[in-house]
Amino acid sequence: MTDQAVPFAKGWLGPGSVKFFGALAVVLVVALVLSPGLLPLLAVWGFSWWLNARIAALPKSRATKLAVPVIFGLTILVLWQLVVRIYDVPGVILPAPTDIWARLTAEVPTLWEDFVQTFVKGALSGYVMGCAAAFVTAVLIDRSPFLQKGLLPVGNFIAALPIIGTAPILVMWFGFDWESKAAVVVVMVFFPMLVNTVAGLSATESMQRDLMKTYAASYWQTLFRLRLPAAMPFVFNGLKICTTLALIGAIVAEFFGSPIKGMGFRISTEVGRLGLDMVWAEITVAALAGSAFYGAVAVAERAVTFWHPSQRK
Amino acid sequence: MNIPLAAPGAGAGRSGRVGLWLRGVADKALPVLAVVAAIFVIWYAAAVWMNSQWTLDQAARAGQEVTFSEIVADTLTQDRPKLPAPHQVAVELYDTVIDKEITSRRSLVFHAWITLSATLLGFGFGTVLGILLAVGIVHNRAMDMSVMPWAIASQTIPILAIAPMIIVVLNSVGVQGLVPKAIISAYLSFFPVVVGMVSGLRSPQGMQMDLLRTYNASTAEVFWKLRLPASMPYLFASLKVGIAASLVGAIVGELPTGAVRGLGARLLSGSYYGQTVQIWSALIMAAVCAALLVGIVGAVQKIVLKRMGMSA
Repeated sequence: MTDQAVPFAKGWLGPGSVKFFGALAVVLVVALVLSPGLLPLLAVWGFSWWLNARIAALPKSRATKLAVPVIFGLTILVLWQLVVRIYDVPGVILPAPTDIWARLTAEVPTLWEDFVQTFVKGALSGYVMGCAAAFVTAVLIDRSPFLQKGLLPVGNFIAALPIIGTAPILVMWFGFDWESKAAVVVVMVFFPMLVNTVAGLSATESMQRDLMKTYAASYWQTLFRLRLPAAMPFVFNGLKICTTLALIGAIVAEFFGSPIKGMGFRISTEVGRLGLDMVWAEITVAALAGSAFYGAVAVAERAVTFWHPSQRK
Repeated sequence: MNIPLAAPGAGAGRSGRVGLWLRGVADKALPVLAVVAAIFVIWYAAAVWMNSQWTLDQAARAGQEVTFSEIVADTLTQDRPKLPAPHQVAVELYDTVIDKEITSRRSLVFHAWITLSATLLGFGFGTVLGILLAVGIVHNRAMDMSVMPWAIASQTIPILAIAPMIIVVLNSVGVQGLVPKAIISAYLSFFPVVVGMVSGLRSPQGMQMDLLRTYNASTAEVFWKLRLPASMPYLFASLKVGIAASLVGAIVGELPTGAVRGLGARLLSGSYYGQTVQIWSALIMAAVCAALLVGIVGAVQKIVLKRMGMSA
C-alpha cells in the first residue's frame, strides 16, 4: 500500500468515516446487549467494510482491483471461522476453514488420486474428445447450408436440456470406470461447442471472403487462412463454457456409480459418513481445478486471438 | 435455397403472403425435420445393434439359430434393453403420463411436478436475490469491486458438486422436502442473473445518463426510468440460462438422499434396477420440462420486450 500512501494519508479516515464508525459503535453496543458473540463478528465485518469502501474510493489501479476482492474473500473466511467457533457449530453441519485446511493437507494422496481419476481421466479426456468431435463436425457441416439449418436449432435445443440426465445410461453402457465419465463429458460439451464453432465459422464478412475469392483462394485456403482464425474468438468462448461443464459432468456422473476413487464418489460417500471436512476439501480441489482449467484456456485464448478487440489493452 | 421472390412458381396458386409464409416454413422446418428423422433412424439402428448381443446370447443358450429379421424383432421388444427403441419409450411415456392418475406415484407427471415445483421455487429465490445483489453492485463501488470478481469466478467452478452436501446438511438440521432442492436451484440460477443484470443495468450509454442528469433526476429515478428498462434484454437472456440451470440443480439435488419422488429419483432408481425404459422416459420428461420452462421465459420475453418497444 506504500504507493497509495499519499491519498490514503490525506483523508485518513475519509469523509463519512466518522458517521460510519459512530453507527458501527451503536450497532456494536446493541449487539453486546443482545448477544456478546455477535460483537467480534460485527466488528470484523464493519472494519473490512470500511477498509474496502476506502480502498474502492481510491483511483482504480491493479493493486486496488486485486486488494478489494481479496479482502472480501478473507473477511468471509474469518467470519466463517468465528461463527463456527463462537457458536460451536458441529462439524457435521459446517466445519471451520482451519479444519478443512487440516484435512486438505492430511489427505493429499487421496485427493490427488481422486483428482487424477475424475479430472485427468474423466473430465480432461472427455473434454478433448468432445470438443474435437464438435469442432470437426462443425467444419464438416459448414459446407452444407441444409445441414446447418437443421443441426443448429436441434443443437441449440439440446444444449439447453438437462444432459446430465444421460449419466445413468452412459454409466450402464461404459461401465463404472472413467470411460463412462468421459462419455458423459463428451455428450455434455458436444453441442455447446458445435453451436459456438458454427457461429464462429460464419463470422467473416462478405468483403473479406470476396478478397479471398479475388486471390483465387480454394475452399480450404479460405478456411485455414481466413475463416478458422476469424472463428477463434467463438471457438474459445465454447471451449471456456465447456471447461465447467466437463468438470460438472465428470463429478455428477460418479454419483451414479464409480470405482472407489474419484471426486464425485468421495463427495457422495463422505456426505453419507458425515465427513464434511473431507467434502469441503474435495470441493476446494474441484474449485481450484475448475478455475485453473478455465484460466489455462483463457491464457491460450489470449495467445491465439491476440488481434481481437476484447484482448487488446 | 434462396430462390428470389419473383422466381417462377414463387407463390404458385396461392396468395403471395401465404406462399411466402409456406416457403419460409419449408425453408426452416425441412432441415430440422430431416435432422430429427435422421436421429430416429440412427436411434433404431443403434437399438438393434446394441441389443442384438443379448438376443444372440439367449439364442445360443437355447441352442437355436436366429435369422436377421428375428433379431431385429427381438431387439426392439426386449424388457430391459441396453438401448430402448423410441416406440418403447413412447409407450412407457404414454402409460405413465396419460394412463396413470396424476396423483399416483407411478405417474411421471407427479414426479415431474415434484421436480418442477422445486425448480420454480428456487428459480424465484435465485432471481430475486440476484437482481437485488446486482442493484447493490451497480450503486455501490465497494460492493462492485468486492463481489463482482467472485461472482464471475464462481462461473468457472463446478458448484453443482456442493449439491449433495447441502441436501444432507439441511436434512440433518431438519429441513426436508422441497426447500433443500430449491436452495440448490436458487444458487445455480443466482450467478447468471447477477452477472447478466449487472451488465444490463450498466448498459445505458453515457449520452442517456447525461440526459437524465440534465433533468436533475435522482438515483432512484435513473434506476426506475432508465437502468431497469434498459436491462430487460440482459435479464431475460440470463433468466433463460438460469432456469435451465435450476432444473439441472433440482434433478441433481434428488440424487444423494435416495429420494423416492422426482425425476432425479426416477433416474436413480432406474439405474439401480436396470430399468432402462424408465430412465429414458424420465430423461425425455426432463427434456420436455426444460424446453417448456425455457419456452415460457422466451414467450414472456417476447411479450415484455414488444410492449416496451424493444423487440428487434
